[in-house]
Amino acid sequence: MKRTDLISPAVIITALLLAAFPLLANAFWLVQIGAQTFIYGIIALGLILLAGYGGMVSLAQMSVAGLAGYSMAIFGLNSAGLGLGWPLPVVIITAIILATIFGTLIGVLSVRTEGIYTIMITLAVATGFFYFTRQNYAIFNGFTGFAGIKAPVIGGYDLRNPVWFYYLCLIFAAFSYLAITHLVRSTFGVALQGVRDNARRMEALGFHVKAHRITAYAIASVLAAIGGILTVWMNDRIDPSSIGVGPAIDILIIAVIGGLGHPVGAFIGALIFTLVDNFAIDLIDRERFNTVIGAVFLFIVLFSPDGVIGWWRRLFKPGSSSARASSQ
Amino acid sequence: MKLSRRSLIGLAVVGGLLSSTVLASAETIKIGTIATLEGAFAVLGKEGMRGVDMALKKWGNKAGGKDLVIIRSSSDTSPDSAIRAVKKLVEQDGVDIVVGPLSGSEGLAIKEYAKTKPGVTFINGLSAAQDTTLRDPAPNFFRFTGDGAQWMAGLGEYVYKVKGYRNIVTIGEDYSFPYTMALGFLNDFCNLGGKVANRFWVPIGNKDYSTIVASIPDDIDAIWVGLGGADAVNFLSQYEQAGGDKPLIGGTITVDQSVLGSKGRRKSYVVGTPSAGPIADSWDNPVWQAWKADYKAQFPDGFPTPSLFAHGYFISMSAALTALDKVKGDLSDGHAKYRAALTNLVLDTPTGKVSLDENRQGITDIFLTEVTEAKDGTLYNKVIKIIPQVNQVMNGDRAKFLALGRVGRNVPACK
Repeated sequence: MKRTDLISPAVIITALLLAAFPLLANAFWLVQIGAQTFIYGIIALGLILLAGYGGMVSLAQMSVAGLAGYSMAIFGLNSAGLGLGWPLPVVIITAIILATIFGTLIGVLSVRTEGIYTIMITLAVATGFFYFTRQNYAIFNGFTGFAGIKAPVIGGYDLRNPVWFYYLCLIFAAFSYLAITHLVRSTFGVALQGVRDNARRMEALGFHVKAHRITAYAIASVLAAIGGILTVWMNDRIDPSSIGVGPAIDILIIAVIGGLGHPVGAFIGALIFTLVDNFAIDLIDRERFNTVIGAVFLFIVLFSPDGVIGWWRRLFKPGSSSARASSQ
Repeated sequence: MKLSRRSLIGLAVVGGLLSSTVLASAETIKIGTIATLEGAFAVLGKEGMRGVDMALKKWGNKAGGKDLVIIRSSSDTSPDSAIRAVKKLVEQDGVDIVVGPLSGSEGLAIKEYAKTKPGVTFINGLSAAQDTTLRDPAPNFFRFTGDGAQWMAGLGEYVYKVKGYRNIVTIGEDYSFPYTMALGFLNDFCNLGGKVANRFWVPIGNKDYSTIVASIPDDIDAIWVGLGGADAVNFLSQYEQAGGDKPLIGGTITVDQSVLGSKGRRKSYVVGTPSAGPIADSWDNPVWQAWKADYKAQFPDGFPTPSLFAHGYFISMSAALTALDKVKGDLSDGHAKYRAALTNLVLDTPTGKVSLDENRQGITDIFLTEVTEAKDGTLYNKVIKIIPQVNQVMNGDRAKFLALGRVGRNVPACK
């Protein structure tokens, strides 16, 4: 990808369409589809950095996001009256720092492993954290979790208003996207891809392989933390079901159907996932809609192992698809 | 070329957006329904939808002279999924009335959501958490079914006075619905002087009860079991295999067909287990029997007898439609007339009259039952007593009941 791609007509048109979207759409489309897509996209973007560029498939992204969300409830305000009520900026910073530390520790633990074992160990962390939050009442309020974590009013903009919340998510999504597209072309990003392709050779060249991998986990955790905070603001609430094994795997599905080969895959995957998740029940008998969801994802992966963006490349940029072969 | 192809796709997306916003016509009323059609409660959610279908058949898909458009939606017992489902119904499909959800924590989440949508009327499906209506209720949320505590009405008194139990332990899943049932049961039992030696709370789907079975003391008279479905069966079989012989007291969803189908030694063990709830399948009342026959006729592939999920959703949907008939489908003025009709409704249901209290919570009849062996050797829940018109504070003093505190692992204190 060339640097000029960032100001290509397609990017500008997409940006304009996204910015103008609130003129066309109702609250449901803005929040349930739009904002949700951006949030899923931000969290999955971290996974694309880890899996697509670092060769490490982590299922703990949602746990990191969940810890950030829980931190918002625990240090801020919630309707159970259990929050500490710290000032908002402090709460947000604490949430991001805690989640990043958590995610980095997961990284420290899992960079000792490769391939399927990384998936196993991060799945173990995710499952363990899920059961811990469900049974711990002292900190996490158990099964019930926390409700009433309201999006704030910042600078006169009420973020509970669908339009402003949409723009908030759009800004963070755009910022994360630009940051990651830049990062993967930086020295660090290129070295990370080197580590992915041949760790031993990079080691011989004098690169600190583990440090690169752990740094990737830390960056992915920041993205997950942002996604987690936006999620609690959108839902007003968090409980263990938000961070269970199902949601953890949803993030992997999003990254895979979008495509691990480019950061934009996270958002394309998120959009497809959100649309199918919301509208499959309208397409078919209400008792069978989960079959449709599964079939759509199976179809995408079957016909394009490198996700929807792989399709896109083959359709519109013939010849370039082999240049960035799938990273797995 | 590239560009125009892309813009075409963009146009298609925009076109799709506009066309998907369906405009409700004046001659139809849109009702959204939510039940757990996925996850561990999928079978129960399907049963809930059967209740909805029975009401729709009875009304012929019309109420208040207008055609009904029913939009069905699914959750998975998690509050998040219920919120996603209800947001789609309200904000995208533009429904006027929501009927649902099924599970306790979902109900609490939807009550909070209802407060942000004053233009929509919410009628609970069967969720039975207490604080959905008892504390901080939403003005546009109505519940015509009981909560978990109401369903336990009369059971504490019965086991204390008739069975003579004085000292018990309780076991239930570790979340709001079993807490609520325990509160309803222990409130009566402890007021009379009963004691609780220990309370065990286990995660939903727990498989291994050996540590709990081992720590049940010998000097108790009975065990109150608030577990449901597979959890109840797992506990009973492990308790029985360990040689346990203390009598049981059942929660509302504990003594169902899987327990009543017991064979051998366990059969004689479960005979005599009392429980309480909003229905009793063996009740000989003709209205109930007729409704049961309707269920069987409409759903030959359904349960052998309608469960409380079909019953609860049938009542909730019937309430929604009866009130629509009363106001002739008039939902103007922010549903003002419609809500007044709901508030003042006295609904005749297959299980007696239901009316609402000042928090828009149902006052209903509760059935006290006991597992009995029929002449042909099968087990069934025999109706011992009907406790008429139980309100949310169990027909006691409201202030005193509220002082027990929010439901939880150790509520009521029982000292």
